Amino acid sequence: MFDYLKYVREENFPHIWCSGCGDGIVLKALLRAVDKLGIDRDEAVMVSGIGCSSRTPGYVDVNTLHTTHGRALAFATGVKSAKPHLTVIVVTGDGDATAIGGNHFIHAARRNIDLTVLLYNNYIYGMTGGQCSPTTPRGARASTAPFGNLEPPFNISGLAIAAGASFVARGDVYNAKKLETLILKALQKKGFSLVEVVTPCPTAYGRRNRMANPVKMMEHLRDTAVSMEKWESMSGEERAGKFRTGVLCDVERPEYTEEYARLVEEVRTDR
Amino acid sequence: MAGQQSAPKEPAVITVNVAWCKGCEICVAFCPRNVLEMEGGKVKVARPEDCIKCMLCELRCPDFAITVE
Repeated sequence: MFDYLKYVREENFPHIWCSGCGDGIVLKALLRAVDKLGIDRDEAVMVSGIGCSSRTPGYVDVNTLHTTHGRALAFATGVKSAKPHLTVIVVTGDGDATAIGGNHFIHAARRNIDLTVLLYNNYIYGMTGGQCSPTTPRGARASTAPFGNLEPPFNISGLAIAAGASFVARGDVYNAKKLETLILKALQKKGFSLVEVVTPCPTAYGRRNRMANPVKMMEHLRDTAVSMEKWESMSGEERAGKFRTGVLCDVERPEYTEEYARLVEEVRTDR
Repeated sequence: MAGQQSAPKEPAVITVNVAWCKGCEICVAFCPRNVLEMEGGKVKVARPEDCIKCMLCELRCPDFAITVE
């Protein structure tokens, strides 16, 4: 048994998330990873924007910032720049990070600032009524796509890698233990670290896509999440409709706040 | 017996916080030993003696509502 209660604001429970929503499973994986690393809660900051996922910091007893839609990374960049010694964790969703906050997302990755970003990807705008998000799969139904979505989705992890993130991983809430390991690695990495977490929204997504039952959504995750090793041995046909999980990118690049401190030192010495 | 899965000697203590459980049934559906059941829209520990403490119910409970000791 893990004592989650020592990290949460118990008075805010039961949490707001729907029955079968995966967001609570992600939060639990995060708390276990934070505990394993022995991160001091006074040195930890959680920052979020708007959306179901962005409610997460409200349940955690660390320093928290619940900010405006899409801007979590902008606020987090400010926190990290002012106090680089802090562990800054950003919690965001597919809509918050890649639609409204799409620019902040690519530029934070490009800058390689030392933030750990948990991006809950549930393929939909859950909180506002099930509208299409940039990750809604082609053909899936949403309140704004009642006959099926025409747009191809973003590959969020691919986007982050292309933009320059130094660590990118993808996990899912069915494989909750593996998710904990991926979050732990992301927290340890110096630089922009993204964990894209595929998580079910039975209410807004499942109901419209023949998976209204939370168990059905978890079974779908079980059947579509594929480890990196297995992915390599699969044919293109076998990969259709599935996604790979694991560490997708782990490279060393100069970190922004360190570079900034170095530059300040250099300029001061020159004078 | 060697090679045979048996329940651990220390029996598991499975606790459900009924006030927090939202009845999603994830724990019931994925318990490998069929320990849990639904009752009145909430999870009920029906066969604790069969629990092998794999912790999957606790790991996957989105509502912080089930613990295994």
